Amino acid sequence: MSTIYRQIIVDNYKNPMNKGRMRNPDVSVEDSNPLCGDKIRIELKIKDKKVSDVKFSGKGCAISQAAASLLTEEIKGKSLKKIIGMKNEMITSLLGIELSANRIMCALLPLKVVKIAVIKSYKQ
Amino acid sequence: MNVKNDFPILKRKVNGKRLVYLDSAATSQKPKQVIEAIEKYYETSNANVHRGIHELSSEATMMHEASRELVSRFVNSENDGTIFVRNATEAINLVAFSWAKNNLKRGDEIISSVMEHHSNIVPWQLLKGIKVKYVGLKDDGTLDIEEYSKLITKKTKLVTITHVSNVLGTINNVRKIGKIAHENNAKFLIDAAQSVPHMPVDFKKIDADFMAFSGHKMLGPSGIGVLCAKTELLKEMPPFMGGGDMIKEVTLKKSKWNQLPYKFEAGTPNIEGAIGLGAAVDYLQNIGMENVRKHEIELTKYALKKLKDVEIYGPKDLKIRGGVISFNIKDVHAHDVAGIVNEFGVAIRSGHHCAQPLIESFGVDSAARASFYIYNDKKDIDALVNSLEKVKEVFK
Repeated sequence: MSTIYRQIIVDNYKNPMNKGRMRNPDVSVEDSNPLCGDKIRIELKIKDKKVSDVKFSGKGCAISQAAASLLTEEIKGKSLKKIIGMKNEMITSLLGIELSANRIMCALLPLKVVKIAVIKSYKQ
Repeated sequence: MNVKNDFPILKRKVNGKRLVYLDSAATSQKPKQVIEAIEKYYETSNANVHRGIHELSSEATMMHEASRELVSRFVNSENDGTIFVRNATEAINLVAFSWAKNNLKRGDEIISSVMEHHSNIVPWQLLKGIKVKYVGLKDDGTLDIEEYSKLITKKTKLVTITHVSNVLGTINNVRKIGKIAHENNAKFLIDAAQSVPHMPVDFKKIDADFMAFSGHKMLGPSGIGVLCAKTELLKEMPPFMGGGDMIKEVTLKKSKWNQLPYKFEAGTPNIEGAIGLGAAVDYLQNIGMENVRKHEIELTKYALKKLKDVEIYGPKDLKIRGGVISFNIKDVHAHDVAGIVNEFGVAIRSGHHCAQPLIESFGVDSAARASFYIYNDKKDIDALVNSLEKVKEVFK
């Protein structure tokens, strides 16, 4: 019935992967979407220029929370270079839906915060 | 009330379903009478106002000024004290930057409230050296009027309050608050963006010094709003913006200001906007504002009865509540509620409604909001209720 609220989104919203806070992360970044107030924090552990562990926390709609859940699972073990090169389309393909201009920002917030975290880790 | 046919947009479909528009607190839809008035102006009389000698300019000026008269009579303000601006936000900024900036000194105070739209918070925060205090709410979503006696001091120069909350629907007792302000020698401003479209509002009877509202929320076009003010205050205030139309005489050294209200209307105005707003006022007057209010009370009563298993914010007493219902469904984010009902053609708002301090005061970070107007009926509320059942199914 619902075109965008596929089971994968509802499941990841109700039982998100990698949700919580991390003890001693190498990098921790929070950002929000001023339009809707969604807020995401990303914490990374980095080893050999790869993400060895990741956690996310924050508040938001099912789309942003599911995107964060699926994205954090996706980047585990990936090189920082590969993560920086990730395209926005990757998120919609993880979610398996097309999003309107109003909702795409919800889906892209986690990727934006992940990239800020990776850039911050380079600077450290 | 059967006016749906006057609103062409309500014939369209959204996601294959009949459009059920429940977001009038954000902006209202426009009747064909308003759309046609704007069309007619461009097809027959388009010209610049207040300057040309030619026929078209004289017609355009007459139409523009006739709209001002319609608007000032509609809210009972002086014609000279009825200033066209872009929207309620600009009206409040005009007061902040022309009146407050020139009459308040460092350490003076302004009392706003937690219930405000950002437009009645941020302009005051922009004033340097002025302290902004906020009256809080009671648990039932009404304003804690007792708090004024604690907050008000000799330094209080302005009390500013929304007439109707855009989130809770709470109708504030503005006459009482205005009395408190004036007894303490403070000026009084009301944000009437959510009241003028929905109920009879009498500027003189309320005895406010300033009143702001927007055209687009009352069936008019966007980009036109109104500041009503006491003319004795406007006479003393410096212009907000400089340019053409607001001057009487310009030399290279200095200029003399034009008479009211033109002193505050620099540049070519939004002529089509004013004409559209005039047509909207005409349309609302034909229905009668008492009837608009009655219709919304009926719809709100019906909606409060039908909406089950949702948390509803704001007062339950229909005498002090406008046609706005903000709510949350447990464990579902408001954006998801709005996203799913949209799939059934139902348009509601979600988020913090430009009133972040208020939303956070309920301990949540967002809420869904359905708001009603003359073109809504009980079927629209049934459609909302049915689509909310789908939301619960998706997240069960």
